[in-house]
Amino acid sequence: MRTIQQEKEISLESKRGITIESVWQHKHILDLDDFTPAEIELVLQTTDAMHEILSRPIKKVPALRGKSLVTLFYEPSTRTRSSFDLAAKNLSAEVINLAASTSSVLKGECLVDTLETLEALGTDIIIMRHPHSGAPYVAARHVKAHIINAGDGWHAHPTQALLDLYTIHHHKSKFKDLKVTIIGDIKHSRVAHSNIWGLTKMGARVTLCCPPTLLPMGLDEPNGHFPKIEVEPNIDMALAGADVAMALRLQLERQQNGLLPSMREYKNMYQLTEEKLAKAKADVVVLHPGPVNEDIEISSAVAHGPRSLINQQVTNGVAVRMALLYLLAGGTH
Amino acid sequence: MDKNIIMNAADIRRTLARISHEIIERNKSTQHLILVGMHTRGVPLANRLSGNIEGFEGISVPVGALDISLYRDDLSSLELQPIVKSTDIPVNIDNKAVVLVDDVLYTGRSTRAAMDALIDLGRPHSIQLAVLVDRGHRELPIRPDYVGKNMPSSRHEEIQVRLKESDGIDEVAIISIPTKEEQS
Repeated sequence: MRTIQQEKEISLESKRGITIESVWQHKHILDLDDFTPAEIELVLQTTDAMHEILSRPIKKVPALRGKSLVTLFYEPSTRTRSSFDLAAKNLSAEVINLAASTSSVLKGECLVDTLETLEALGTDIIIMRHPHSGAPYVAARHVKAHIINAGDGWHAHPTQALLDLYTIHHHKSKFKDLKVTIIGDIKHSRVAHSNIWGLTKMGARVTLCCPPTLLPMGLDEPNGHFPKIEVEPNIDMALAGADVAMALRLQLERQQNGLLPSMREYKNMYQLTEEKLAKAKADVVVLHPGPVNEDIEISSAVAHGPRSLINQQVTNGVAVRMALLYLLAGGTH
Repeated sequence: MDKNIIMNAADIRRTLARISHEIIERNKSTQHLILVGMHTRGVPLANRLSGNIEGFEGISVPVGALDISLYRDDLSSLELQPIVKSTDIPVNIDNKAVVLVDDVLYTGRSTRAAMDALIDLGRPHSIQLAVLVDRGHRELPIRPDYVGKNMPSSRHEEIQVRLKESDGIDEVAIISIPTKEEQS
């Protein structure tokens, strides 16, 4: 015989459907290292529902009516910012776009003061990109609003990783034992860092491929920061049997002297070309977080070829961000 | 806490057969008809109605699934937030007679949300409402076109619909939950 409480929970569930609280525990989205596989699955499932909305003639639902959202960008962005903007508008939220280059930040206002100003304006969600790793964590400690990390320094870019996961899952229908090869400037890539967390949590096998100078620090420490991954500096070996090849932008603005002998050598050894891709599985798919340096880290032929999912990544980005906004901002939690 | 079974599997089967006939009768031709089930339990009910109509008339009526989570008027005040499921309407609903199908009609707020959701998808010729149980207590001017069972209830009671597809058993029960004063 069930207790009254149990019956009550069951009847509540039957009345309202299954609720997200049994799975979802996040107030902020800072990185994927503290996500559970079940939470990632919930994001992917919710993204499916949002994807359907994007296929409609009228791409707007009232879910976040009355919520206000600020995009606060201390670094330039096309994709992430416009995709958050669109996602919020599709859910009927009010959006304010702030760029550091046109705000009081130029007059020397510090991060916490800017955040407090936004809080005083009644902002519910702050989407933040910052050149310093960890800045969104500082923000999350100082304001009541939900913080979404839209990229912090070299550290993390969780929403990009989630849209990569969604794109991969859409084509492969699973993660378990998929071989995902990440090629390029991993040291400076917050996208790669978040993807390493997300992919390994879902059971994929991640192989990193880059010159040793572009590997992040701390990879081989026994109780280190990173989950278990393979490193294979030879691109042919790294791509052998790969289900997914992810090329990363060579962050020209972050290259210190001496990391690469020459651009020409880098291109010869690490550019993702049709020829190198032939080593991977026949149904390999190609991802790139954008913006693309064509013919540096990826050849034009591959970037615009039939295996490339680069444009789908952008479309999926809107759906994933709608899902995340809904999961964060609905309800009273 | 008392639990009374108000419909068993046979009752549900007969009731759905009757509603299927009523839908056919009212819409004369089933050509422009589409059944849209509201998640979660409206979807299997819509499938069963479609199966019945095919059995009676030999015409298969398309069935869609509608999720209303994003249209709820209480989204920002809900303590428990619903998981969004995929809306999947297989055909264009423009100029179609849409029969919304739900398990229980209560305040009418879900129906309001469902109508908003449908109208975002197109301009149906008409929207009709079929429910397995109408328990009263409407808060909006909404009435069902097809009712399985009228079950006047108190707000302290729960109507629990369980279906084979989602719960492993066909059964409608009324459960009275003691109020806080009665519990203490």
